[in-house]
Amino acid sequence: MKSIWEYANPKKFIETSQALLPWVTGLTVVCMVVGLVWGFFFTPDDYRQGSTVKIIYLHVPAALMAINGWFMMLLASLIWLIRRHHVSALAARAAAPIGAVMTIIALATGAIWGQPMWGTWWVWDPRLTSFLILFLFYLGYIALWAAVEDDDTAADLTSILCIVGSVFAVLSRYAVHFWNQGLHQGASVMRAGALAGDTEERVSNVFAAPLFLSMAGFVLFFVALVLLRTQTEIRARRMRALMARERRG
Amino acid sequence: MIALLTRDLKLAVRAGGGFGLGLAFFLILVALVAFGVGPESALLARIAPGILWVGALLACLLSLDRIFALDREDGSLDLLATAPLPMEGIVTVKALAHWITTGLPLVVAAPLLALMLSLPGEGYLWLFLSLLLGTPALSVLGTFGAALTVGLKRGGLLMSLIVLPLYVPTLIFGAEVARRGAGGLSVEVPLLLLAGITCATLALLPFASAAVLRVNLR
Amino acid sequence: MMPELGKYADTVLSAYAVSLLLLVVLAVWSIWRARKMRAELETVEARRKRAQ
Repeated sequence: MKSIWEYANPKKFIETSQALLPWVTGLTVVCMVVGLVWGFFFTPDDYRQGSTVKIIYLHVPAALMAINGWFMMLLASLIWLIRRHHVSALAARAAAPIGAVMTIIALATGAIWGQPMWGTWWVWDPRLTSFLILFLFYLGYIALWAAVEDDDTAADLTSILCIVGSVFAVLSRYAVHFWNQGLHQGASVMRAGALAGDTEERVSNVFAAPLFLSMAGFVLFFVALVLLRTQTEIRARRMRALMARERRG
Repeated sequence: MIALLTRDLKLAVRAGGGFGLGLAFFLILVALVAFGVGPESALLARIAPGILWVGALLACLLSLDRIFALDREDGSLDLLATAPLPMEGIVTVKALAHWITTGLPLVVAAPLLALMLSLPGEGYLWLFLSLLLGTPALSVLGTFGAALTVGLKRGGLLMSLIVLPLYVPTLIFGAEVARRGAGGLSVEVPLLLLAGITCATLALLPFASAAVLRVNLR
Repeated sequence: MMPELGKYADTVLSAYAVSLLLLVVLAVWSIWRARKMRAELETVEARRKRAQ
């Protein structure tokens, strides 16, 4: 019999998350549907960008979750390294593909949006490039998880990679900014929330409410999927342990 | 530590150690780029700093899996781990040996290859300096990647995927120094940033590499 | 009740299509894996119980 953390906690996690999941999923659907439908059907066009402004309801929340997803993985990795809490390592593993997909969505919608606005699908703009690098970090992280067979070794290695990767992702962001100033406008969402003066680049209030709803929807979507996928990872881990025990006889 | 360093250097220089391979790869890469973009020297001169930096980076990458793989195979890595030397020391020496056998020759060869790409006269000094400052960081980062993937059977490709994004800041600032130097602009800011990144990596990353290596040898 | 998207209709619609497709694929894949893993684990645990 191993320590209590080994067994009781994953079980408790599955129970708790199982109870939470329907609520989170329901809220996700409500927020996303209301946010996106409101944004798509009931907001006016921007006077400069025309109807393309509607892409913001996908682009900004996806970008938000691409970064926060990595941040969550970093926290989970730290918890694993300090507390040796298996659920934490598995949660980080579960979050990585979601973060990667969010990064793809942010890049894809960005490219589609950039085409009519900047006249090109892709520019080597700091923000775009940073996201590309972030995507590469996600890929490396996922690949390392897949490549290492022993669970605990994989958790340790990926956690350390996540920490080092975080530092270098931030470094790259500044390096890239130095390298090219870029076309992308600054992050205007937060200024919308701060009710700052009427600067031109501010996301105006007409767009703010559905945007925040959609952002909440993406956050909840991420949470729901992480809960679900962590359950799967816990079961997969238990499965591997059982199989190993069976082989030993 | 010195004994380990000389041992690694000897192993690298001896036939089959792959001492010259990185250099040969660097030369071929430069020739291939020239074939690829055409012989027009104005264009080559413009992209020379970038090509040389990317070439040095790839040549560095190519020799990374040798850092630990051979020692792992013949079991000397396990012996090293039980030696009185701390793991951080081993990792640092390994990175240093890699730099002396791969990074330093690249730094020396780069101005010669730059000649072939008709880099303008002011650029040589800055190219040389930026590579001299940047390649130690490449070696240390590469040691981290090699330590991460040392236990894996087909770790080479995975290691490239992990290590190359880590090279981005060094590449950006290094190539920027060389490019600005060749263009006769002020290089102070990227040069300082490059030096900063190298110093920080040298100081901090051996701890990460050592931790990773300990996990892998568990 | 489609809103008037003007000359950017393709742009907006393709952005929505790509994003929603990716989100749905991710969700379906996760749910499918969760179901599969759950079923597999149940069979293995049942087998172990019988073996004891």
